[in-house]
Parts: sequence; C-alpha cells; structure tokens
Amino acid sequence: MPSISREEVAHLARLARLDLAPDELDHLAGQLDQILGAVAQVTEVAADDIPPTSHALPLTNVYRDDEPRPCLPAESVLAAAPAAEDGRFRVPQILGEEA
Amino acid sequence: MTLTRKTAAELASSIKSGEVSAVEVTRAHLDRIAEVDGPAESGVHAFLHVDTDSALAAAAVVDQKRADGDELGPLAGVPLALKDVITTADMPTTAGSKLLEGWRPPYDATITRRLREAGIVILGKTNLDEFAMGSSTENSAFGPSRNPWDLTRIPGGSGGGSAASLAAFEAPLAIGTDTGGSIRQPAAVTGTVGVKPTYGGVSRYGLIACASSLDQAGPCARTVLDAALLHSVIAGHDPNDSTSIDQPVPDIVAAARKGADGDLSGLRVGVVKELGGEGYQAGVEARFNDAVALLSKLGAEVVEVSCPHFAYALPAYYLILPSEVSSNLARFDAMRYGLRLGDDGTRSAEEVMSLTRGAGFGAEAKRRIMLGTYALSSGYYDAYYGQAQKVRTLVARDFDAAFAKADVLVSPTTPTTAFPIGEKVDDPLAMYKNDLCTIPSNLAGNASASFPCGLADEDGLPVGLHVMAPVLADDRLYRVGAAVEQAYAAQWGGTLLEQAPALDGRRGESATADRGVVS
Amino acid sequence: MTVTTALPTFDEAIAAFEPVMGMEVHVELGTATKMFCGCSTTFGAEPNSQVCPVCLGLPGSLPVVNRVAVESAIRIGLALNCSIAEWCRFARKNYFYPDMPKNFQVSQYDEPIAFDGWMDVTVDAETYRIGIERAHMEEDTGKSLHVGGATGRIHGASHSLLDYNRSGIPLIEIVTKPIEVPPAVAPAVARAYVTELRELIRALGVSEARMELGQLRCDANVSLRKAGDPYGTRTETKNVNSLRSVERAVTFEIRRQAAVLSDGGRIVQETRHWHEDTGETTSGRTKEEAEDYRYFPEPDLVPVAPSREWVDELRGTLPEPPAARRARLQAEWGFTDLEMRDVVNAGAVSLVSATVEAGAPAGGAKKWWLGEIARVANERGVALEDAGIAPADVARVEELIAAGALNDKLARQVVEGVLAGEGGPDVVVSARGLQLVNDDAALGTAVDEAIAAQPDVADKIRGGNLGAVGALIGAVMKATRGQADAKRARELILERLQP
Ligand SMILES: [Mg+2]
Ligand SMILES: [Zn+2]
Repeated sequence: MPSISREEVAHLARLARLDLAPDELDHLAGQLDQILGAVAQVTEVAADDIPPTSHALPLTNVYRDDEPRPCLPAESVLAAAPAAEDGRFRVPQILGEEA
Repeated sequence: MTLTRKTAAELASSIKSGEVSAVEVTRAHLDRIAEVDGPAESGVHAFLHVDTDSALAAAAVVDQKRADGDELGPLAGVPLALKDVITTADMPTTAGSKLLEGWRPPYDATITRRLREAGIVILGKTNLDEFAMGSSTENSAFGPSRNPWDLTRIPGGSGGGSAASLAAFEAPLAIGTDTGGSIRQPAAVTGTVGVKPTYGGVSRYGLIACASSLDQAGPCARTVLDAALLHSVIAGHDPNDSTSIDQPVPDIVAAARKGADGDLSGLRVGVVKELGGEGYQAGVEARFNDAVALLSKLGAEVVEVSCPHFAYALPAYYLILPSEVSSNLARFDAMRYGLRLGDDGTRSAEEVMSLTRGAGFGAEAKRRIMLGTYALSSGYYDAYYGQAQKVRTLVARDFDAAFAKADVLVSPTTPTTAFPIGEKVDDPLAMYKNDLCTIPSNLAGNASASFPCGLADEDGLPVGLHVMAPVLADDRLYRVGAAVEQAYAAQWGGTLLEQAPALDGRRGESATADRGVVS
Repeated sequence: MTVTTALPTFDEAIAAFEPVMGMEVHVELGTATKMFCGCSTTFGAEPNSQVCPVCLGLPGSLPVVNRVAVESAIRIGLALNCSIAEWCRFARKNYFYPDMPKNFQVSQYDEPIAFDGWMDVTVDAETYRIGIERAHMEEDTGKSLHVGGATGRIHGASHSLLDYNRSGIPLIEIVTKPIEVPPAVAPAVARAYVTELRELIRALGVSEARMELGQLRCDANVSLRKAGDPYGTRTETKNVNSLRSVERAVTFEIRRQAAVLSDGGRIVQETRHWHEDTGETTSGRTKEEAEDYRYFPEPDLVPVAPSREWVDELRGTLPEPPAARRARLQAEWGFTDLEMRDVVNAGAVSLVSATVEAGAPAGGAKKWWLGEIARVANERGVALEDAGIAPADVARVEELIAAGALNDKLARQVVEGVLAGEGGPDVVVSARGLQLVNDDAALGTAVDEAIAAQPDVADKIRGGNLGAVGALIGAVMKATRGQADAKRARELILERLQP
C-alpha cells in the first residue's frame, strides 16, 4: 500500500518537531517506506467484527480521592530547567498564537 | 567461591547470618565493575552510572539494621543493577538518550522505592537502547554494551546493560523493562533469567515510558529463585499507576521452590507451531527441541498448539509501539528539562524544539517517532493503528484458545543467538525480527520469561527457552523455569554461565581483591 | 487588524444571511486537586508552587483520575439532559505547545462522558432549546507570561515565562449542536446560553464559574448561509470572556462575515481572537497546514464505565434547574418579569436569594445588589460577589433601616464603608457615627433652632400651610448632617407649631 513521498516525510517531521537534514530525510523516507510496506500486512486480516484492544487488560474505573498531596519542593521544580526566571521556566519566544 | 559468583539468595543468607557484611558484598561487586565494565570502548559497558558512595551507604544501613537486631527482608544487602529508564532521585536517569544526559529526576520510581525499602543496594544505572527502543543496546547514545560471552557481540536489548551486568558477575540482580522482549531477549542471548510479569503486575510509575500499553518492568537474575525473590519485592498494586492490578500477586517464590523438585507431572505444555521454522537458527531450534524433550521427561504433557494470528503480531506491534512512542516522547522538547540547543535569542520556541529533538534523538528513535506520527495521522489511523489494535484482540484470542489446551506455552525466546555488534544497525526490519516470539505476550499482557537452555552448536552462544503463562499466572513460569534449571544443572554440572569466558580483568589487583574476601 | 470601515450593520447583515452558531464552553472545576494528580488548585499561589511530576509531565510520571472530577462531569451532563456513557475513554490530543508539559492534552475524543442533551434559554419571553452535543473531561494547560513585547502580548516578545500551577486543573468542555434561531436574536441567544450555563454550573456547586478568572471560558463558532443553503464555513472566536462580549463578538462576526460574503469573498476556516477594547475579532493562527491532533486512546488511563447506580445516585444530587428556581423565586419575591430579568442579567439571583434568606425584603436586596454594590463592583472591575460585601451584611443594613436606626442616606454610607473594607455594617455605623438622631432632646434643639431661624416659614405652618414643613425639616437635616430621623423631626415641628 504505502509509497511515502519525500514531502510527506517532511510534513511528518514538522508535525513531530524533528529538524532533519536533507540526506537524513531521504534516508528515512526510504526506510519508512520499507517498514510501512512490511507492517501493512495488518490490513490483510479481515477484522470488521473484531473490537480493537487499546489496553492489555480490561480494567475500568480506577479513581483517586480528591485529596491534596504534597507538591514538589520549590527548589527541585526548576532545578533541571534549561533556563529559569522569576520562579518560572524561561523559554524562547512563542510565535503564532495571537495576532 | 567468590562473592560475585554467589546467587542473591546465598548472599542474603550470608549477610543475615553475619558470615559476610553487606558492605563487603557491595564492595566486591563495585570492584568487579571496576575490573570488567570499562573502558566504554571495549569493556562490558553495562553501566552508565555507578554510585559507589550511595551503594556503600545503603549497604551500611543494612549492616546497622542487622547489628540492631532488626528484621531483614529476603534480599536485604544484595546489590542490584537498575536499568537507566527508571527514575532515581539520587542518581541521573538518562534513558540512554542525549536528551536526558545528566538529568536528575526529583522523584524515585515506585520500583526504586520498593527496592530501597527491601534493603536492596542499587549499584548504579545500566545501559539500554535509547528510550528502550532496540534489541541490541547499540541505540544507546552512550555507546553499546557488550555480551560477556563474546565482547564483539550484542548483549541484546533494550536491556542489554542489565543482562550483561549479570552475565559479567557485576551484579546478582538487575531490573529490566520489557516492551517487546527487552527483558527476555537479552536474558536469552546472555544465558541469564529474565521475566516479564503480567502487564500491571509491577508499577510503571517512574518508568520512563516507551509504549505505555506494552511496557512492563521485571526481574533479571542468574537463577530462577533469585528472579522470583526480586519479582516479589517489586510486584503489587500501586495507586500511582492506573493500570496497576489491584489483586494479590501469586506466590512466585513458592512456585520456584516447588519447581526445583523437578516434577512437572500434571502440567500441560503447548508448543506454539507458528514460532519456529524458517528464519530460526539451527542451533536455536536444536536446543529448543531438547528443552521440549526435557519438559516431557520431567513429567509434563506436551501438546502442539496453533496461534495463527501471531504472524501479524510483529507488524501490529510496529504500529502500536511507534504510535505510543511518538506521543510519549513529545515531552522531550527542551522547555522544562534536559538538552536545549540553539536558544540564541533569535530562534522561536518551536525552532528550538525541532532543532533539539532533531539533534538529540538517535536514528531509531526518529524512525519510530516518524512511523507513529504517520500511523496516527488522519487518513491513516483506521488502516494502520485501528487495524493493529484489532490484531491485538486476535492475538489475545489466540492465547485464550491455546491456554485452554495448555497451562503454559513454549517457544525459542529469540530466533538467533547474539549477533555481532554493527551487523543490523541500519537494517531495521532485520533488527525487528529479534522480537518475533516475545512480542505476542506484550500485546496480550500475559506473563512470559526466558530461561537458559544451552548453547547453539554452530557458535557456542546461549539459547533461551521462552515460557508463556496466562495473565496473573506468573507463578507457572517459575515452576517450569526452576524445574528446567535444576535438570540442566545436573546435566551440565552447574549453571550455563559457568561455561562463559572468564573476562580476565584488565586490572589484576581488583581481580585478586574480588577473589580474596570469602571462600 | 482588519479594515472594518465597510461593515454592514447587523440588520443589513441578517437581511442577507442566516447565522448558525456553535458554542464551546470550558468550565474549570472547583475540585480541591487537579484532574490527574494530587496538587492543590488554589488560585493565586506562587508560580510553580503547585506542581508535581505528573502535572509537569516529567518522564516516568503517570496520571490517576480524580473521582470528584468524574462525578462533576456526570452531574453537569445530567443537568444538561445528556445521556451518560456506559463506557468511555480518555484520549490524547497531540500537538506541541510550551504551556502543555507533555505536548499532548489528555482529553476525550469520540467517546465523551456525556452526550446528546439540551438546555432551554429565554430571550424576550421566547424560549429556545439549545442542543448539547457533548460534555467531556480534559486537563487545563499552564500559563505563559510574555516578556519583552508590548503589554504582555505574545507578539514581539523576546521570551516567555511558564507557570504550570494551572496545568492539569480539571476542565469540562461543553459543546452545543449548531444553534439555529431567528437571526435577529442570535447574539442575544448566545449570551443567554452562556448566562444560563453559568447559572447551572453554580447551582451544581461544581465551579464558581467566574469568567473574569477564566473559570468559564467561551469560544464562539459562527457561520453564515443564505436561507435554505447548507452550513457555511465557520470561524472560531477564542476566549470570549464576559457575557457582554459573547453578544458583541457574535454580532461582530456576523457583520464581518456578511461583508466578506457580500463582496464575493470566502470565509476562511480559522481561529479568531476577540478584542474587548475595539469590539473586533482578528485572524489568529494562520495555519500553513491543517491541524492533525492524532487522537488515540490514552494508554495510561483505564476506561471510565460509570455504573447506572452511580449515575442514579448523582442524579439524586441535582439542584432545582435554574429556570424553575427563577420562576419560584420570582413568585416568592413578587418581582415583575422585567425586574427578574435585571436580576438574572446582573448574575445576582443567588446573591439576592441569600440576602432574602438572611432576612431582608426582596425589593431591598435587589436595590442594593443592582444599585450601589453593582456600581462599585463595576468601577473596580470585579464580580458582584467580590465587591467585598456579603448577603448577610446587606440584610443587616435593611434590618437597621426597618428598625429606624438608619435612613436611606445613612444606609448608603454604611454600605459604602463595608465595600471600602471598613468592617461589617455595625462596625461602620459606630466607627463613622452614623446613628440616626431620633431622640427628642437632641432633635428638639435642632427643631427649635430651625423655627427660630425661619420665623416666616413657621408662620406659614401656623397658618395651616403644611407644605412649608419641608423647609424646616431640611434645616434640621442640615444641622444634624443628615442623621436626623426625618419622620420624627416632622412630628416635633408640628407639635410645636400646630398644637
Ligand atoms: Mg478542548
Ligand atoms: Zn501535580
């Protein structure tokens, strides 16, 4: 079934926030095509009346009581942050949400 | 016998009796690590991080407890190697990725907490394929681990570090995680024992997710009893993991002791017809057939079962796993922790994310992220992810039908023995076939294990017997494993690992120290 | 900014096109802890002080569902006349954004907990039934602070600072079916829907639903079509966060889209932003590529399968529906439709009700909440309930008036004092010395002085001209700085001049 184009691979890379070099893109496109060709076998199984399984075991209704628990100590929250300022995580400018 | 050659059960009882201190045991293992683990370019390289101070401190606490007359747990003072995909508040946790190099989590995983509470001494963190994705440990950002049977070969993966640490006598116990075979396949190719418990049997809280619906942590050891003792330390309900089973854990230690009697009469063993034949190494098939004959000799009734949809398990797995991976690994975005590249004041958050992820993830992680992004995207979901989930149902039904005819199922653990490092690095499809036999149990969530069953004739490398049990029947694995283990011990005059090369230390003085402590 | 000079009027727009609306409302639940972790949800804490591995999305962390959040979702669903799913799952909505720690939002996709319901709203005595498509559970994101740009706007900022205290707070998203009502009332119906929904949420006690605090957030979808045509392309105007803005934003979008379509243009399916100051919407994210959220069932959470017993038990906890409650209260209070509408529009039904329960007459309660208190709240830009006076305080003021201890003027000063944070009514009365002067000795002196000062007026009264009494009362009031009991003063004047 598949024959994945280089443009499609580039689109996926953007969706997945992966900055890929052109040769990496080419190499990956070939491998993805090959892998997708192999896994497309799953479509051979006629399974119209078969329910999908999303969880390994059929557990349901697992809940927690609405009781506060201790949060992380302040000093450990930002300890691993690449950058922090005023008790907050500092990140590069965010573009695009608002005009 | 040197301390590092003893089983966990023996070490625990020597510590309890005062014959040896926990600190001495820990020091012996730290010495052994110093002797054989490095350098990264040529040693076993099982460990990414060894914490000498905190290991010795934890051992000293056990010794103090003993001195105070406190009750010690069944594995108190025994050293353990922890796969570096499980969080530790006092040690870095990298998941084998550059993206998390040096990351110190602010919390302990539930497994870590239970190990500490049991007085088990965590020596350090073991190497793995990046984010537990691979079958060879070659996908680690920090270089591959090596198989102690032949340092030019892979120790399996993703938990190659944990398995190699056992086979190199660096630790008597290790923790692995198994998403498609990452405990069992490394156990098979290193001649050790590895158990993937029933999904939900061991908490995933603090286990850095690869594929959430498939991941399961479990015990790795050199003997079946040691694995059972470790299993019972880490198993049980955890309210922090919604998928954790809120039911009593079967008495696996008792099952291991019972199995050691060597009597399997009354047990029905199903040989899965579809797991063998083309693509399986001759030496692997020969040892597997021997093992089946042995089961029969031990009194088990051997029947053939058919699981026709197992053929689709591998393709279904390589849709479900990458889909979950693409989502689980999205959080590694350079914003809150870990690596950040290119933040020069001109780039946007989105550009910094893409740049960091593009440079930080290794080739296999990128392949799987891309594959999963594709499989989940609109227009392809039904044909790929949706259909794969239906295959999952069919695989589970095959298991149900097979377990109606047999108490446990068996197959080889992996189609081949350990292959040379570098052989399959850029051939993903060939690499993925390593997990042909192990994947069905991850899809269905049932318990499985690998036990050593001899050496392949053509290369003299270990072969694993794969045993599969129904959901929550983990105890059956231990009964079968222990029975087989004692029969082989009688046949070989010891464990399989005793036939492994000695790994002569590069530093003679450490080797002497190791031998000198207790005999 | 778009050029808006050529916009048709609303009437012109609806003469040519029919609007179809869809409302998406996010309600932040008032649970003690977050949706999937035990972190507190208290508003206004230090940044990043209410976070844990789960709501920070740290590697290895796992979510566990808050039972009360599920209960709240079911109760909201039942109150909206929805069916409650017998089995449903959470799903992951995948997209990258720095305020979302896992880069996916745990939400529900094609299996919402509640679906297919309705709610009635009334505009100008006409009732419209709004179809409810679904109500589902999800988690909120963190908050970003944009630094270096103008007025905290994202545009032009040099970097952003993230606070994850809000991350993981439970949200219920309520989505209507397409709303098709007579075009002339469409904006008012949109407003009435949000007003009614807010009332319902408050009555359920699941959230304070304070729009100004972001506890109730509204996105308005609008499309236009020619009568009889299929639905047109819609726009989604985000974050319309006051009742008045709902009406204004919908009106604006109808006019803007009518202008585009009349010009032969096409409506682009897009997100738009509402600007309170200019009363306009502007184009938001310009999407190079269609959104692809790659939804799939959340593997870390097990399905929610509420037993019918649980659902029935929760049904038993539902409050009186707001419309029925309003009808009952209107009858009890003896208000006209118009008076009641004012109270409803002011969002003061519960406040008036609480004041009446505390002993005040309904008319008095309404007068204070919609008058002096509303004025001050409006000035300060806060909600009525945050103006700084409690229903019990208002009732106490009314009690003092009835007892003759305060007149209207003094009462207003007392309320003013309470609103200024000077304390409760009795504290303000004594601190400011606002007791009504009605003891005859003190009043008598003032009366005598007034008579002595205006002998001509006194003569007129002696001559039977009672209309002149007012002038003397005025003088008495002035002399006592407004604290005289006017009724008693009049009696004393008449005693002296018309024995
Ligand atoms: Mg939503
Ligand atoms: Zn939290």
